[in-house]
Amino acid sequence: MIKLTIDNIEVEVEEGTTILNAARKIGGKVVPPAMCYYSKLDCSGGKCRVCLVKVAQSSAKDPRPMPKLVASCSTMAQDGMVVQNITSPEVLEARKAIVEFLLLNHPLDCPVCDQAGECDLQDLAYSFGSENTRSREERSVHKQEDIGPYIQLNKNRCILCYRCINTANQLTDQRVHGMLFRGDHAEISTYIEKSVENDFSGNIIDVCPVGALTDKTSRFKSRVWFTKPYDAHRECPKCNGKVVLWMKGNEVLRVTAPKDKNGEVEHFICNECRFEKKEVSDWKIDGPRTIERTSVISLNHYTNIDKLNKEEK
Amino acid sequence: MAMQTLTNRSKVVSNKKMTLWEKIYLPAIVKGLSITFFGHFFKRKVTFSYPDKQREFSPVYRGRHVLKRDDQGRERCTACGLCALACPAEAITIVAAERKPGEENLYREEKYAATYEINMLRCIFCGLCEEVCPKEAIFLTDQIVHSEYERPTFIYGKDKLVESVDNPVDVSKRQTKSVLEFKKNTGFAHNR
Ligand code: SF4
Ligand code: SF4
Ligand code: SF4
Ligand code: SF4
Ligand code: FES
Repeated sequence: MIKLTIDNIEVEVEEGTTILNAARKIGGKVVPPAMCYYSKLDCSGGKCRVCLVKVAQSSAKDPRPMPKLVASCSTMAQDGMVVQNITSPEVLEARKAIVEFLLLNHPLDCPVCDQAGECDLQDLAYSFGSENTRSREERSVHKQEDIGPYIQLNKNRCILCYRCINTANQLTDQRVHGMLFRGDHAEISTYIEKSVENDFSGNIIDVCPVGALTDKTSRFKSRVWFTKPYDAHRECPKCNGKVVLWMKGNEVLRVTAPKDKNGEVEHFICNECRFEKKEVSDWKIDGPRTIERTSVISLNHYTNIDKLNKEEK
Repeated sequence: MAMQTLTNRSKVVSNKKMTLWEKIYLPAIVKGLSITFFGHFFKRKVTFSYPDKQREFSPVYRGRHVLKRDDQGRERCTACGLCALACPAEAITIVAAERKPGEENLYREEKYAATYEINMLRCIFCGLCEEVCPKEAIFLTDQIVHSEYERPTFIYGKDKLVESVDNPVDVSKRQTKSVLEFKKNTGFAHNR
């Protein structure tokens, strides 16, 4: 076990833990945001740079600071390390600049986008970005592509975090989509319009931090803050069948995997659960899901939960 | 403990018996009538005899809503739901739909409001929907909501709310400075 300090809070973690995961162990405001790192996926992280932190002291043996800000998701914690996240103005300024970079080519799409209200980029832009854009150049616009009946792809909103590629690589037996081109022209694509169809392919919707990949079966059905999330489960031969139902009245509009406090899915669910079970009678409802008070989704009022359960019996 | 007074104008109520002069009330009535006669009778009236005479409306009067179209006659509203979220009276109901190929001249964005209803009986004309709208789609106008005999007729649908192509409603005076400033930025596709 090694000991390190993050924002003046001491924490003890196992050797080989990243700074980000050490901060997550503390929890709360000292956790750096992460747009590309995903603890459930191997090889994720190191792409978006929003998790940058300052290392004021590298380790107990070597007390020099690290020369540059480092990505906390891919830097290992050392014994005696001193890390600054929200206590360092330098980090906050850098993060603000990173958000501005992420938004450089991002369309002003939130009113149309199904991710709005649960979008990591929206949250970041709200907390760090300034209201105005400093660029006058045209934003890059990609040709849109149909990737099948279940998943809606909007390339303009993609922040190139590679999470969906890692998911497809590690969860499904055949990855059919990937990153095409380089730099400014990079885009998520299936190369030739090929549909992404695999039992677990729907999970790329959940891992996508933005609205580049959204659920086609619930497209434009409702805004997320008008729906109510319920924990539910069913007997599923393919996955463990525990999901969150997003309901409006007695209608199941959307099914997602439950997410933990870091915004990551607790487990992956299969496409049958996600896309095909849209009746209340398909599910056993366990109860309303707790939503953070700060989220716009919490504006919903939970009513009729007892009625739902009765109807099911 | 005596209650602390908020102002120095409070008076202590007394229960003393009225004198005969006070009991006959006439002097008090005369006093009151004289205030009415000399103080108010010859003043300019503040009321209007509506509908013969009508008051002038302020340019930012908050009357019934209009859903605007853009320069090319396409509906601006993209059913983002922010107005319904902001509405303190929960008067707005929206159902969104996806724009089909070939409907680009009807709707501005790929999503549009298939149903847009405002319950004018619930609406308190606060103008929050107008303020929150990111697409400058909804504005309150200087028109008033007419009285009706039946309750359901107060639910205004798109047929009543969307402005007609030939007869647009002028809302230029209601646009805020920051909106006009933002519209100059041609970096965003919808400002071109
Ligand atoms: S991905 Fe997020 S920030 Fe981008 S348009 Fe959608 S909701 Fe807005
Ligand atoms: S589509 Fe989403 S998950 Fe995939 S790279 Fe783009 S932003 Fe990341
Ligand atoms: S004016 Fe106020 S009460 Fe009326 S619809 Fe708009 S937000 Fe609701
Ligand atoms: S009127 Fe404006 S705020 Fe309301 S749904 Fe339409 S675009 Fe959104
Ligand atoms: S989360 Fe660390 S670089 Fe993206």
